Amino acid sequence: MANVAVHAEGPQPSLQAHAYDPATAAATHAKGQQHPIKLYLVVWGWLFVLSTCSFLVDYFGLQGNLRWSLIVLFMVLKAGLIVAVFMHMAWERLALAYAILVPPVLVLVFVTIMVLESDYTLLTRLLFFAST
Amino acid sequence: MAETALTTTGESSARVAGWRGIAADWSSDQRAFKNVSWGKAMMWIFLLSDTFIFSCFLLSYMTARMSTTVPWPDTSEVFALDLGGKHIPMILIAIMTFVLISSSGTMAMAVNFGYRRDRVKTAALMLATAAFGATFVSMQGFEWTKLIMEGVRPWGNPWGAAQFGSCFFLITGFHGTHVSIGVIFLIAIARKVLRGDFDVEKRGFFTSRKGHYEIVEITGLYWHFVDLVWVFIFAFFYLW
Repeated sequence: MANVAVHAEGPQPSLQAHAYDPATAAATHAKGQQHPIKLYLVVWGWLFVLSTCSFLVDYFGLQGNLRWSLIVLFMVLKAGLIVAVFMHMAWERLALAYAILVPPVLVLVFVTIMVLESDYTLLTRLLFFAST
Repeated sequence: MAETALTTTGESSARVAGWRGIAADWSSDQRAFKNVSWGKAMMWIFLLSDTFIFSCFLLSYMTARMSTTVPWPDTSEVFALDLGGKHIPMILIAIMTFVLISSSGTMAMAVNFGYRRDRVKTAALMLATAAFGATFVSMQGFEWTKLIMEGVRPWGNPWGAAQFGSCFFLITGFHGTHVSIGVIFLIAIARKVLRGDFDVEKRGFFTSRKGHYEIVEITGLYWHFVDLVWVFIFAFFYLW
């Protein structure tokens, strides 16, 4: 109906381009993010494996740099799988992916600032409050 | 009536690869996200802002923990449970992690069946997701009760640095709230799916826009994000 009305009014390319078209919508829906169920099951399995691995890091009581690097490694892998496959970011247009994924990286700047700040606070506390 | 706001993606124009494509999309007229509906784009932007909220919580936890002169409580022992006569460290948190990952798995499949217009399977998987979420929140309730009984308060605890309690209650409490809201969201959308609202494109009571199965994917984005936040909390708060 909507299309007929627009067509009847004559050539209005801008209006036509942005008018809502149910046929296109249905087609997009049929296509929209169709992936085999197996893919989700495989990712699910991997998330279980990675979670078990990070649990085992604690269970076996690993310490020091080995513990931290393993924890961060498993964390990044899990986060990557969830965002890329479950949230379909791997198939989104780059303009969206970069707009969403780049800003959180800037949190690392904040981390750096707060690490420096807390080192300074700790130093001050040790110097002035340690013996009391 | 022609809808002025695009609720679906329409056909996507050809894209140039890499940075050139991003610049072309962002500098073009009217829409930066060419083949993404406003609903999905707004959910992503909300999730981005939520990312910053949780980042700030985890950062304040990091700052408190790095700058205190008192030793931090041993989380491995604090969250240990005695199961069947055996003392297992961190076991409750591990089970909670598996429950939440499983809920993410069922959610991902619900999105898939939604786009195939399989009403019953979509609704069933969404309700399964909600059930996993409710299980997670109840286990968190158990964990909170246990810790409060043992004397953990936002201003102190029996094992070490006083900030442990405030960080714990703030971070897990905020995450638990997100899970609870997600459960409500899931049940509401599952009810609409089951009723066939999206097959007839029934208009929503609040927005009065036509409903589409894409809302299942948008709900899924929120739910996976909740799981994603837990990945970071699990790593930084519980395991570190």
